[in-house]
Amino acid sequence: MITPQPAPATGPFLGKLSLDALPLHEPILVVTFIAVAIGGIAVLAAITRYRLWGWLWRDWLTTVDHKRIGIMYMILGLIMFLRGFSDAIMMRLQQAMAFGGSEGYLPPHHYDQIFTAHGVIMIFFVAMPFITGLMNYIVPLQIGARDVSFPFLNNFSFWMTVSGAALTMISLFVGEYAQTGWLAYPPLSGIAYSPNVGVDYYIWGLQIAGVGTTLSGINLIVTILKLRAPGMGLMKMPVFTWTSLCANILIVASFPILTATLTLLALDRYAGTNFFTNDLGGSPMMYVNLIWIWGHPEVYILVLPLFGVYSEVTSTFSGKKLFGYTSMVYATICITILSYIVWLHHFFTMGSGASVNSFFGITTMVISIPTGAKLFNWLFTMYRGRIRFELPMMWTVAFMLTFVIGGMTGVLLAVPPADFVLHNSLFLIAHFHNVIIGGVLFGLFAAINYWWPKAFGFKLDVFWGKISFWCWVVGFWMAFMPLYILGLMGVTRRMRVFDDPSLQIWFVIAAIGAAVIAVGIAAMLIQFGVSIWRRKELADESGDPWGGRTLEWATSSPPPDYNFAFTPVIHSLDAWHDMKKRGHQRPVTDFRDIHMPSNTGTGFILAAFCLVMGFALVWHIWWLVIASFVATIAYAIFHTFNYKRDFDIPAATVAAVEDVRTRHLAAGA
Amino acid sequence: MSAPTITADSITATADQPVQFYDLDEHAHPEGHSTMLGFWIYLMSDCLIFAILFACFAVLGGSYAAGPAPKDLFELPLVALNTAMLLFSSITYGFAVLQMQQGKVKGTQLWLAITGLFGLAFLGIELYEFHHLIEIGATPQRSAFLSSFFTLVGTHGLHVTFGTLWLVVLMVQLGKHGLIAANKRRVMCLSMFWHFLDVVWIGVFTIVYLMGVLR
Amino acid sequence: MSDPHHAADGAHEIEMPHASMRDYLIGFILSVVLTAIPFWLVMERPLSDGATAAVIMVFAAVQIVVHMVFFLHMSPKAEGGWSITSLTFTIIIVVIMLAGSLWVMHHLNTNMMPSPHDMSQLP
Repeated sequence: MITPQPAPATGPFLGKLSLDALPLHEPILVVTFIAVAIGGIAVLAAITRYRLWGWLWRDWLTTVDHKRIGIMYMILGLIMFLRGFSDAIMMRLQQAMAFGGSEGYLPPHHYDQIFTAHGVIMIFFVAMPFITGLMNYIVPLQIGARDVSFPFLNNFSFWMTVSGAALTMISLFVGEYAQTGWLAYPPLSGIAYSPNVGVDYYIWGLQIAGVGTTLSGINLIVTILKLRAPGMGLMKMPVFTWTSLCANILIVASFPILTATLTLLALDRYAGTNFFTNDLGGSPMMYVNLIWIWGHPEVYILVLPLFGVYSEVTSTFSGKKLFGYTSMVYATICITILSYIVWLHHFFTMGSGASVNSFFGITTMVISIPTGAKLFNWLFTMYRGRIRFELPMMWTVAFMLTFVIGGMTGVLLAVPPADFVLHNSLFLIAHFHNVIIGGVLFGLFAAINYWWPKAFGFKLDVFWGKISFWCWVVGFWMAFMPLYILGLMGVTRRMRVFDDPSLQIWFVIAAIGAAVIAVGIAAMLIQFGVSIWRRKELADESGDPWGGRTLEWATSSPPPDYNFAFTPVIHSLDAWHDMKKRGHQRPVTDFRDIHMPSNTGTGFILAAFCLVMGFALVWHIWWLVIASFVATIAYAIFHTFNYKRDFDIPAATVAAVEDVRTRHLAAGA
Repeated sequence: MSAPTITADSITATADQPVQFYDLDEHAHPEGHSTMLGFWIYLMSDCLIFAILFACFAVLGGSYAAGPAPKDLFELPLVALNTAMLLFSSITYGFAVLQMQQGKVKGTQLWLAITGLFGLAFLGIELYEFHHLIEIGATPQRSAFLSSFFTLVGTHGLHVTFGTLWLVVLMVQLGKHGLIAANKRRVMCLSMFWHFLDVVWIGVFTIVYLMGVLR
Repeated sequence: MSDPHHAADGAHEIEMPHASMRDYLIGFILSVVLTAIPFWLVMERPLSDGATAAVIMVFAAVQIVVHMVFFLHMSPKAEGGWSITSLTFTIIIVVIMLAGSLWVMHHLNTNMMPSPHDMSQLP
C-alpha cells in the first residue's frame, strides 16, 4: 500500500505554494530547467534583438487566419512531442537498467510522473494539436471556403490548448505532476491518496485544453456543413474533409464527457464530495466507466483524420481516383457511431461479467471491419495505378504494414478471455503504440510531407526525409515488438524495477529501438532545417507540386490570405482534378473586395487569464482564482461590445496578389 | 442538406456557355449565418455534460450512505414553485422574441428584464433550498447521492446564473445599438440557451425530485 | 435569401425561426398541464409507484418535445435539416451512455460489491 505524502501547509496569499515546490533536490529537473531557461532566454533575446514582437503579435498571436492557426498548432505539437519523447527515452533507459538488484536511476515518484506525463502529453498536447492543425489548415481550402465559420473562436481554441500545455509544462518545475497514469483513476487520484498538486495540474491542464478542443470541434463541424463551395454536396467532399467532419463530431460528442468527469474528480478533491471515493457511497468504478466512454471515441478522433490523409495521398500518388469513395464515407460514419458502443473493452477485467463482456467484445471486433474495408479500398486504389513513391506515399505504405499488425492485436485483445491474460501487460502497450504510431504518427508524417509545400511554398528535402523514414520504421519495430513478447510472457505495464534477469535482453532491444527512433526524429528536424535552408531550390511555384486532385491545390503555395479570389464552383468529386481535366480558366480580371475577419488579441488574453486561474486552482490561491475568473468573464463581456470585427481586402490588393500568381504560373508552364 | 446552390444555368454547360468553375458574381454568406447552427451544436455538447451528471445521479443516486434520502429532504411544493418560475421565464422570453420581431427595442428589453426577474426568483428559491439542506446536515459531502444531487442541480443553477448575466449584458447592448442584426442573433442564441435550460429542468424535476420521492 | 442588390456587403438578414404568440401560448399551456399532472400524481399517489414512475417519465419526454417544437421552433427544416439531425444524434448518444452506464454499473456492483449489504445503508 502506498503511503500518501503529507499535504503542504496553506497560507492566504500563496495558498499551498512555497519554495518547497521547486524541485531543487532533483538533479535531472535542475539541469532541464537550466537548459530550458537558457533556450527560452535565447529565443526571447532573439525576438527582441530583431524587433519581432510587433510582427509576432500582429501576424501570429492575434491572427484569426485558419492557415496560421493551423501552423501554430503544428508547432505546438512538435515542441510537445520533443517533451513527450524525452519522457519515453527516460522510461526505456530505466527499464533497460533496472535488473539484478539495480534500482535504475529514477525513484518511484519520479518514474510514475514520467509515464503519466508521457501519456497525457502525447495524446492531448501532441496528437490532438497535430490533427487539429491539419484539419484547420486544410479543410477550409478543400471545401473552397475563405476561413472557418468562427475565426475568433478558432484563435481562442488554439490559445486555450497552449494554456493547457503550459500549465502541464509548469508542473515540471513548480511542484510535481500526477503519478496516476494518464487517465488518473481514483481512488489513487483522489485527495486521500494524491494529496499533492500533481493531479490538480493534470485536471486543470486538461480542462483548459478541453474547452479549446470542444470549441474547435463545433467550429469545424459548422464550417463543413455551412461553408462548402456551391455545387459541393456532401458526397462530393474530399475524403479528408469527410473524416474531419466525423472526427469533429466525435470531439463534440465526447469531450463534454471528459469535462464532466474531470469536474467530478475535481469536486471530490476540492469540495470533499463522494463521487469516486471508497466510502460514503462513492464508486471509483463509475469513473473508469465514464472516462472510457470518452476515451474510446478519443482514439478514433486521433486516427480518422489520418485515414483521410491516407485516402488523399494514395489517390494522388497512384494517379487514380480513390477506389470506393461511397464505401469509404459509409465506413467512416460506421466507425464514428460504433466507437460509442465499445468502451468497456478497456476494462473487461473490472468484473462486469460474461454478458456485458461478450456484448462489448463483439462490438469491438465488429468495429475493425469498416477499417478493414478502408484498407482494401486503399489497396484497390493503388492496384494498376502509376505509383510514385514520394515520401507521403512511403509513409502510407509503412502505415499499412504497421497499423495492420496493431489492428490485429487489437482484435485479439477484444476477446475477453484473452484480455484477462493481457490486460495492462506490455502487450497492451505494444498494441496501442502500434496503432497510434503506425496509424496516427506515420499519417502525420505523410501529411506533413504532403502539405508542407502548400503551406510554405517549398518541398521538404527528400534525403533527410528518407533517413527519418527508415529510422522510424526500423526503430518502431525494434522498440515495440519486444514489448509484445514481454506482454505475452506476463510482464505488467508501468513497472520500474524487474526481478527476472531473462527479461532484460528484450528491454535492451526496445531501448535501442527507441534510440533509433531518436535518430529518426533528429533527422526529421534536420530535414526541416535543411529544407528551409534550401527553400529556393525546393520551391514550388505552381501551387500543385504533386498533381493533386482536391481544391487546396488550386491555390498558390502558400495560399493568399483570402484563399480564393473567386469561390470555385464544384461539379464533381476530386474537384481540382476535374477542373484541370476540363480546362478551367482562372479568372484574372474583375476582382472584387473580399470580406475578411479582423485579428484580435482577445483569445490570447482570455487564455492567459485561464492559465493564471488554472495555476491558482492548483495551488489553492483562492483570491487569485476569483480575480482571474472575474477578469476572464469581464474581458469576455468587454469583447462582446466590439461589433466591428471585420474588414474588406480591396479589389486592387486582390488583383495585385493574383497578378503575382499569374506570373508564377506562366513562368512554370 | 447540400451546399447552397447558385442558379442552374451558371452551373450546367450549354452550347454557347462553357462550364463555370468560378463563382464570378459571388453572394457572400450573410454575416453571422453560421451562428445559430454553431450555438445549437454547442448546446448539444452542453446536453452531454448534463447527460453525464444524470448518469451519475442514476447510478449513485441510491447511495445514501445511511444518511438522508430524497423523501427526507425534498419539499415538492417548493420545487413546483421553482418549476413555475422557470416556465414563466420561458414564456416571457418568448414575448421578448415577439417584440424583437416587431422591431421594438424597449419592448424586447422589458420582457428580457421580466425574464431575468423570474430567473433570479428561480435561483433565489434554489439557493434557499440548498442552504436549508446544508443546515440540516444534508451536505454535498454526506453521501454520493447528495454529491450527485448538488452537482446536477447546482450545474443547472450555474447555467441559469450565466444566462441571467448574459441577459443583462444583452439588455445593455440593445440599449446601445438597438435591434441590429448582430443583436438579433444574440437574442435568438440566448433564447435557445434559455429554453434549453428549461428542457434540462424538466429532466431534473422528473428524475431527481419526483422519482426521488417515489424511490 | 440571396439578394443580388446586396451582393458585396453581406448585410442581408439571415433566416431565423419565426416565432408566433400562438406557438408560445400553446406550448405554455401544454407545459403547465404536463408539469402539474406529474406533481399531482407524486404528491397524492392515486396510482401505484411503478405506474406513477412510468407516467411521469412519459410526460417528461412529451413536455421536452413540446418545448422543442413550440419554444425552440424545432423542425426538420431548421438550419437545412442539421438541427434535427444533430439533436437526433445527441439523443442516441445520450441514450447509449445512460443505458450503457446503468447496465455496466449494475453488473459491476452486483459482481464486485461486498454482499449482502443494503446499498443505501452502506457507510
